Parts: sequence; C-alpha cells; structure tokens
Amino acid sequence: MKLGKWLLPTYAILALVYLLVPIVYTIAFSFNDSQRTNIIWNGFTWNNWLTVCEAQGVCEAFGNSIFIASISTLVATVLGTAISIALVRYRFKFRSAMTLLLFMPMATPEVVLGAGLASQFLAAGMPKGITTVILAHIMFCISFVVVTVRARVASLDPKLEEAGRDLYGSPSQVWWRITFPLLLPGIVAAALLSFALSFDDFIITNFNRGAVDTFPSYVYTAAARGIPAEANVIASGVFLLAIAMVLVAQIGGAIRRKKLGITT
Amino acid sequence: MANEPSGRGFAQSGADLELVHVTKSFPGFTAVDDLSLTIPAGSFFALLGPSGCGKTTTLRLIAGLEEPTAGKILVGGKDITNTKAYQRPVNTVFQSYALFPHMTILENVAFGLKRRKIAEPLKLAHEALALVELDHLAQRKPQQLSGGQQQRVALARAVVNRPALLLLDEPLGALDLKLRRQMQIELKAIQSEVGLTFLHVTHDQEEAMTMADTVAVMNKGKIEQMGAPAELYELPHTRFVATFLGQSNLFDGQVTGTEGDTLVVSVPGATLHVSAARSQVSAGAITVGVRPEKLEIHRESPKAAGRQVVGPGRVIDTSFAGVSTQYVVTVPELGDITVFEQNDGDIVAVGEEVWLSWSIGHAFGLPIEAPFDETDLSTRALATAVQ
Repeated sequence: MKLGKWLLPTYAILALVYLLVPIVYTIAFSFNDSQRTNIIWNGFTWNNWLTVCEAQGVCEAFGNSIFIASISTLVATVLGTAISIALVRYRFKFRSAMTLLLFMPMATPEVVLGAGLASQFLAAGMPKGITTVILAHIMFCISFVVVTVRARVASLDPKLEEAGRDLYGSPSQVWWRITFPLLLPGIVAAALLSFALSFDDFIITNFNRGAVDTFPSYVYTAAARGIPAEANVIASGVFLLAIAMVLVAQIGGAIRRKKLGITT
Repeated sequence: MANEPSGRGFAQSGADLELVHVTKSFPGFTAVDDLSLTIPAGSFFALLGPSGCGKTTTLRLIAGLEEPTAGKILVGGKDITNTKAYQRPVNTVFQSYALFPHMTILENVAFGLKRRKIAEPLKLAHEALALVELDHLAQRKPQQLSGGQQQRVALARAVVNRPALLLLDEPLGALDLKLRRQMQIELKAIQSEVGLTFLHVTHDQEEAMTMADTVAVMNKGKIEQMGAPAELYELPHTRFVATFLGQSNLFDGQVTGTEGDTLVVSVPGATLHVSAARSQVSAGAITVGVRPEKLEIHRESPKAAGRQVVGPGRVIDTSFAGVSTQYVVTVPELGDITVFEQNDGDIVAVGEEVWLSWSIGHAFGLPIEAPFDETDLSTRALATAVQ
C-alpha cells in the first residue's frame, strides 16, 4: 500500500527526466561558450544565439529544410484533402486498392523507401536536389494527411452540405463556407504533421538530396567532427516554437470552449 | 444565376407544386414509382407512410437533392426538373435540423439570404428568429440550444427565404411527445401566418391528421389515397390505408347480391351489408371494414333497423385506456374483433357473451388484397439504407 503510493510518482518523474534530459542538454549547450567542440561546458554566452548564421552552412541547411517542408506540406495537404473526400464520399473502381497504396508508405521501412526512390529518380534521369527531396516528402506526407483528414470527412454530416445547397449555396460557396471550415481542424492538424515529418526526415532525404543539405543532414554530417553550438541554437528555437504553438492552440481552445459554455 | 427573378426573389405567397409521373429508381429498387401529385398553393400537405415507402425520396427529388429517373417537377407552373438544388425556390427543414455548427444562430438564419444577396439579411434574420421566439439567442451557437430550439431555428432558417414551397422532413421526429404537440401547434400557426405552401413528410399518422389540410398516404413508392384527414379515416380506399391510418376490423368475403343501394356480402360466419357508395368494389371478392369505435357491445341480441349485428361472441380481452376501453371479442368463424367503447360506467367483463352492432352506414368496402406486411417494408428500408 505504502509502496504503491510513492512507486508511481517516482516512476513517472524518472520517465519524464529520462525524456527531457536530451532536450535540456541541447538547450543548455546552445548557451555554451564552445571552443572547437561543444561537448565540454566552457561558460555561459549569448553569442551562439546572436551569431547563429555565422557557422558554415547551418542557416543555409535550415533554410532548405523550411523551404522543403513548406512546399511539401502545401502540396501534400491539398492533394491529401481532395483524396480523403473522394475516398469517403464516392464509390469508384480500385477504391480499396487505392486506400491500400496510400497506407504503404507508412508501413514501408524508410530505408527501403528512400533507396527505391533514389533508383527511380536515377532511372528517370532526374538529378538529385531539392526537387527530388520535395517529391519524396510529398509522397509520404500525403499518406499522413489522408489518415488525418479522412477521419474528419467521415464525421462530417453530408446533410450540412445538402442544407447549404438547399439554402441557395452554389457548389463553390458550399465548399468555402461549409465544408472547408468544418474540415479545417483536420486539415490544420494534417499540415502541422506533414511539416514536422518533412522537417524532421533524414533517411529518405539522405538518399535523394544529392549535394543539398537539410538541417537534419547537416547535423548528421557535423556530428562527425563536433556539432557547432549554432545547431543547438536552431534545435532549441524549433523546440520552443513548437511548444509555443501547442500552448496557443490549447489556451485558445479552452477560451473558446469557455465562451460556448461547453465543459469537457 | 442572378437573372432569374421569379425563382430567386421573395415569393409573396406559396406556389403550386406539381409532380408529373415522377419515378426514382436505385439499383435493384424503385423508391418512387410513377408518382403524380398536385399540391395547391398555400396548403399544408402531408405525405404519410411507413419508413421505406419513398416519402423522403420524394421530398429530396423536390428539393433537388436527388434527380428523378423519369418525370417532371413543376413549381408554380415552371419546370424545375433540370435545375440544381440551389437554384430552386424551395427550402427544407431537415429531420436532423442540419444547422451549421460553426456559425451562430443568426448567421445560420441569414445564410440563404446572403447567398441570394437579399438586402438587409441580418434584419430579416432577426425578424424570422422573432417569429419563432428565439431572437434573444441569435448570438449563440447551435450546440448550445436544446432540441426544440434547434428545430425552431431550422424552421426560421427555411422560412426566412420565403420559398414558394417549404419541405419538412419529419421535423418533429426527434422531439419528445409534449414538445412535439407544442411544435405542431406552432408550426401550423406559422404556416397560416406566412401563407407558404408546406409539404410535410411524416410516418406519424396522428401528426399528419392534426396538421394537414390534405394527407396523401404513400406505400411502396405509390400514393394509395389522398384527401382530407377525416375523409381518409372515414372512407379508406385500400386495406393499407384502413390499417395504417388508425385501426380497422376487416372481413374478407364475396358479394352475393344487392338490396337497393346496399351490397350483401357473405363472409365466413355472417352476412354483412355495406353501402354501395362506400365500397370500392361492387361484385366478387371484397373486404368489409369498420372502425373499432363505431362498434357497440350488447349483452342481449339487439333489434334495430339499419344496424349490422354479429354474434354472439365472447370477450377475450379488455384494456382500460382512460376515456375508452378496448375490448377484443372473438366471434366463431368471424375471428377477433376490436371494439373501442366510451367509459360510461358499464364495463363488460372478460368471458361474457356479447353481440356487436354497427350502423351499416359506417362500414366500408375495399378491394381484397394481402394484409399489409411490416417486415417486408422494414427489409426494404434496410436495403435502401445500405445503398
């Protein structure tokens, strides 16, 4: 009885510490006055944050990653949303085959996917670079978009769109004023997921990037000779931004629920 | 689409609706079968039938949410068969209300007005909400309202457009009995106030009879009978109408002759009489029917001119229902007969020997046909739902 009282909290705290230590380490060492390597603590400095782009290639790689993730997310979200609506609303030939194909990229090991794509780009005579990386990212992001948006489409009552048509809404008005706003939470979630997956991807990217560096590939290469503190700065920045977005969404949602008087 | 003044403007009053040989087939199943129907402007028309009879499909055809396989639909004399739902001067109150959850009540009601670019949509929306006494909730979201309030918002959202024709798809189905009664009265009041043509689809025979000027009873994609509620009740034309609309005692037999303007019908165990004017058939096989409340119970064989007497039989069941008592009397060969008797003090006990009588003028004659099969219809409904 007494054992149970402290066992669970201790276990929980240990688990959290285990999860958070690498993040805390990354953030702490972004303030390290590092010399050649960023392994030993040499004292506190703001310099890494202030001169983040001065280290060779860090900001360029970061910029590439942002660009690739943005384009991949945009294309994958638009296509994935359209596919989700088609899969839920319409019965057509090869519908189940299509569903299966869409789930394949999620089930296939990334190494296989990356290598397969690389050989296909080679066969098609496409030089490796940002374009091939974007194409590869769009491909696997679509799967995640479809999974996320499909659930939202399935829960959307078709009667609402019928009511929109009945109330003099043309097809485009019904889409923009009824269907799209009601699917938006799912679409936003899918876009965020796509962006994170694309930004984060290393294996598939590495097979198809050619000479282009993305942030993950830069860090991977740099790790061999000691990661510069600037990489810690960017990693910490991305982490804090993500936390801020989650907080805004949570607080915004709570305020909206309170306004509507819905208790969860 | 802007240059369509008659269809898109505010209708000053309702318009006629005309269905001409409308058929709607789904793979392996005909939902609406060669239906022709005229609903005069300004009337309150009810389409009544069991689930799966095609009444909701008929409504969706008129709204433009389904396309007919064959036939024409006219509103105010204008053929609208090939127009889209958003081009039709018709609005629907959906069974599930289908209020837009991401908009306020006011935005919901103003939606149709804004799409048609009507001046001052918000002012008109407030007026429509005032009509259903919900203007004070204009800024709320639909999910903050009760079922009855949502129902009224759905009604306001449709009525505000002043459509030539308002379609109501079982709009009271989701409400509890007390609220339903109240809404029936309100709906009727609003209809007479705005003067629109209402087409109300329901499976609730009581709702159809209390609200509508004209009721059409629908079965298996066809209209079995159409008329004023009292007319349908007092003089059903088919076995389906006789049993779906209220209860009936039915006896299958043969016409054996006539006495003046009365048909003589031989049924197992008795000879019955039915006025030729109240019978759909005049020779051969016939079903004679009489409503349970038209029957009287007697402890001795009655002698009265103009009355049909059967018996003796035995009371096998009584159930007390406040204003009346329902008896089931079994008469040899004739079968079980249901009787509703006013509770005026004299209650007959189970097991007593009794005679039954009714005024010959209350009986009706129907063409003979197989009894209405509920299971058949529910499988059809299932088949439709699966598609």
